[in-house]
Amino acid sequence: MRTTMRIHALVAATLAASLWLAPPARAADTIKVGILHSLSGTMAISETTLKDTMLMLIDEQNKKGGLLGKQLEAVVVDPASNWPLFAEKARQLLEKDKVAAVFGCWTSVSRKSVLPVFEELNGLLFYPVQYEGEESSKNVFYTGAAPNQQAIPAVDYLMNDLKVKRWVLAGTDYVYPRTTNKILEAYLKAKGVASDDIMINYTPFGHSDWQSIVADIKKFGSAGKKTAVVSTINGDANVPFYKELGNQGVSASDIPVVAFSVGEEELSGIDTKPLVGHLAAWNYFMSIDAPINKEFIKTWHAFIKNPKRVTNDPMEAHFIGFNMWVKAVTKAGTTDPTAVQKAILGVEAPNLSGGMAKMLNNHHITKPVLIGEIQEDGQFATVWKTDSLVPGDAWSDYLPDSKIIEADWSDKLNCGNYNTVTKKCSGQNY
Amino acid sequence: MGVQFRSLVIACAMVFEMLHASAPGWADAGALAAGLAGLRSSDFQVRARSIEQIAESGEAQAYAALSALLDGRLYVRQGDEAVVIGSEGSSGFAAVDALTGADLGTADKVDFKKVVINNQMRGALRIALARLSLHAPDASARRDAVDSLFGSLSSETIDLVREALTSERDEGVRRAMQTALALADIASPDRDDRRRAVETLSHSLHAEARTRLAGLLETDAEGKTRERDPEVVQAAASALEHIDRMRAMYGVVETVFFGLSLGFVLVLAGTGLAITFGVMGVINMAHGELMMLGAYATWLVQEAMPGHLEVSLFAAIPFAFVVSALAGIAIERGVVSFLYGRPLETLLATFGVSLVLQQGVRTIFSPLNRAVATPAWMSGQLVVNGALAINYNRLYIIVFSIAVFLALVALLRFTRMGLQVRAVAQNRAMARAMGVRAGWIDAVTFGLGSGVAGLAGVALSQLTNVGPNLGQSYIVDSFMVVVFGGVGNLWGTLVGGLSLGIANKFLEPYAGAVLAKILVLIFIILFIQRRPRGLFPQRGRAAEA
Repeated sequence: MRTTMRIHALVAATLAASLWLAPPARAADTIKVGILHSLSGTMAISETTLKDTMLMLIDEQNKKGGLLGKQLEAVVVDPASNWPLFAEKARQLLEKDKVAAVFGCWTSVSRKSVLPVFEELNGLLFYPVQYEGEESSKNVFYTGAAPNQQAIPAVDYLMNDLKVKRWVLAGTDYVYPRTTNKILEAYLKAKGVASDDIMINYTPFGHSDWQSIVADIKKFGSAGKKTAVVSTINGDANVPFYKELGNQGVSASDIPVVAFSVGEEELSGIDTKPLVGHLAAWNYFMSIDAPINKEFIKTWHAFIKNPKRVTNDPMEAHFIGFNMWVKAVTKAGTTDPTAVQKAILGVEAPNLSGGMAKMLNNHHITKPVLIGEIQEDGQFATVWKTDSLVPGDAWSDYLPDSKIIEADWSDKLNCGNYNTVTKKCSGQNY
Repeated sequence: MGVQFRSLVIACAMVFEMLHASAPGWADAGALAAGLAGLRSSDFQVRARSIEQIAESGEAQAYAALSALLDGRLYVRQGDEAVVIGSEGSSGFAAVDALTGADLGTADKVDFKKVVINNQMRGALRIALARLSLHAPDASARRDAVDSLFGSLSSETIDLVREALTSERDEGVRRAMQTALALADIASPDRDDRRRAVETLSHSLHAEARTRLAGLLETDAEGKTRERDPEVVQAAASALEHIDRMRAMYGVVETVFFGLSLGFVLVLAGTGLAITFGVMGVINMAHGELMMLGAYATWLVQEAMPGHLEVSLFAAIPFAFVVSALAGIAIERGVVSFLYGRPLETLLATFGVSLVLQQGVRTIFSPLNRAVATPAWMSGQLVVNGALAINYNRLYIIVFSIAVFLALVALLRFTRMGLQVRAVAQNRAMARAMGVRAGWIDAVTFGLGSGVAGLAGVALSQLTNVGPNLGQSYIVDSFMVVVFGGVGNLWGTLVGGLSLGIANKFLEPYAGAVLAKILVLIFIILFIQRRPRGLFPQRGRAAEA
């Protein structure tokens, strides 16, 4: 009995001592920034470089003196291409780590998974990837392209410049290609294309047996009218697809393929010979000849210590989004999400083509649109671009259901899903 | 390399000399020089016009220059702005003057800037080169040239083809040229010309022929066909019907080939599993990762022999077999042998091993995919006719799969080791009583099955992405094949794999890739309800036990 009491006393003393000796919990004197990108799993090939980009941007900002007098601290988590895990990690970042903003997500399914978490906990998510639209949340800032900033201009280029008359819409089977193709089909039909001249095809992630599909595309394209493929194929299924096109002798000058999810990063790991001449539509190419772009690439190569690493469109989106967030926080004088949401509307930050991007009331930004041809070294040569910046449209004007919907987070409407016909604001439509 | 390249350029020049000698044109060195100078411009339109200029110059060097431009081998030298054809060899960057063909020796690549082309230029280049190739010495080159002109028959091209036909002796090329002329004659004002053209086109399986014939029969707003003469209309209709029948038949052949190629890949993936699962009763969830190891082994071999891409696959085959076999033996000795007779634990344990292997590869190499190149002899297609073309890579993989399968059957049937493997599988206790070292045979069997998985990985490296997730994409298919074909029976695996492949490919055009797979899976589930042991079940007392 006495020994037990002595043990208890010893334990209590140790505990008290450790608490007294431990550094006092003081209020955080760093501002935490969350990075929510897959570092393993099937999306790792695209997302790892975005984590590195964010670390570089945070590092650069800290060199300039940080934000509001405090240093920025990166909190990196790995949701491992697992969509439910994205939501868990988002909750962890917001509740436990108390980050001021999160930069992350790639696939639309990952974004849809974290959306309820951000709306519940009033967090801020900066989403850098091109997507299908049909969404505008108070808590998300879409720095990637909406369909009217990528898909529609690409189709316009094919129709007007390349005189394409027959269309193959090929995509991976999930929400982004399905919704984008819905919009494109409606757009093509509105432009007078017959449904016989449109072929739509979906394949699972990672599909590698393209023989019959490419043979069908060849047959579809040999009916005497110029045919093009609009590809929303995501991930590494692109590699065997382009290889099969090469094997079956379908060259870019016969049936050009314009891709929305193939960028410098995806091209850097593969043999680009069969892809030369095929097209991609983005808002930024590493080959853009602007001083700010050269500067960015130099900083990137110095940071990542590898002169062979490439830059791509989602990296530019993070660059714009981060600078916009910094400006908004500085303007508001606080990192409080509600204040930042108000302050960020109308904020302008430079993009890497030499212009300025502006944060619009629907939480999208203005972007230039570029079409580029794939070169042998995995870079893109711009063959067409818009004269001016295109403002992002969250609710597509080509679908009857979303034509009448407007998003405006300023005090005017303060709604992301406002029906202009019934004059009602409804909750987030997911 | 430099010497080889130079002789190639000379050969091209000689080709053109022959054309130049036989063609009634006149050589314009000035036009060639002007065209080459135009290629230096930064305006794509100017460059496109330069291609025309070069092609029409009639100079001997024109073909070589245009061909180099298409291949991305035409450069402008900094400083004197000379246009050269360059090639990278082991001794450096060899340059040849595009205008004169003179050898300029080797130089530093940095001094040269490549002439960039876009898609419109590529299209124009192909047509120009095809027209220049109409008089090439090689018959198949002439044939390819005519075929590639089918879609772009301008009046100048027609004249060139007509003129070339007069001196053409090769039957195949003559037929192709006559088809090309018929395609043009379809629009002729003379009725007999059109009738003859329809007659010629009815024997052609080329897509362009069908398009033109269908165009004749297109009805306008009043229901009248574009072609007014009833005889021609009737001839066109029956020609179209004949062509469609032939194309449908070749379409079936093509689908069967696709099905066989998919099926043989499944057979290759499933055979290794059939051995470990069938012979030993071990459910090896790491089988997919053993295939992945084989694919990575192929990549390593390619990295190790950078200049020898053509033979790298032959070196990769034994290397991948050994790597995967050793990994398999390690798994058997380290994990499976302790769990013999406990299938559920084996399943869990091998699943764990598969995760370890996946993450190991991610850590050692990188989570990104590895680029495995396809040798030139495996790229491209074997064109049988206008409606049927067979990919070389699929063809060789079918041959490879058959060879591996037969080798395995021979090994099990005719060798002593195969005899011991079969003995242990049929009746372990009796085999041990006969002096067979059962434990050692277990390891060998597992190694054999894993080695075959490695060979499957070599084949897959040519078809799909090589990354840490490669195994996951094929493990379900492998089990499907083994379960459907009958556990423990190699012939069952063969029949099972081929039928699943063909069924999948026949369903795909109607149901789409995703639904086709689902339907095949449902079919297998229903089949297993009726025949739980698969198509060719094992028989005998040991199997029933």
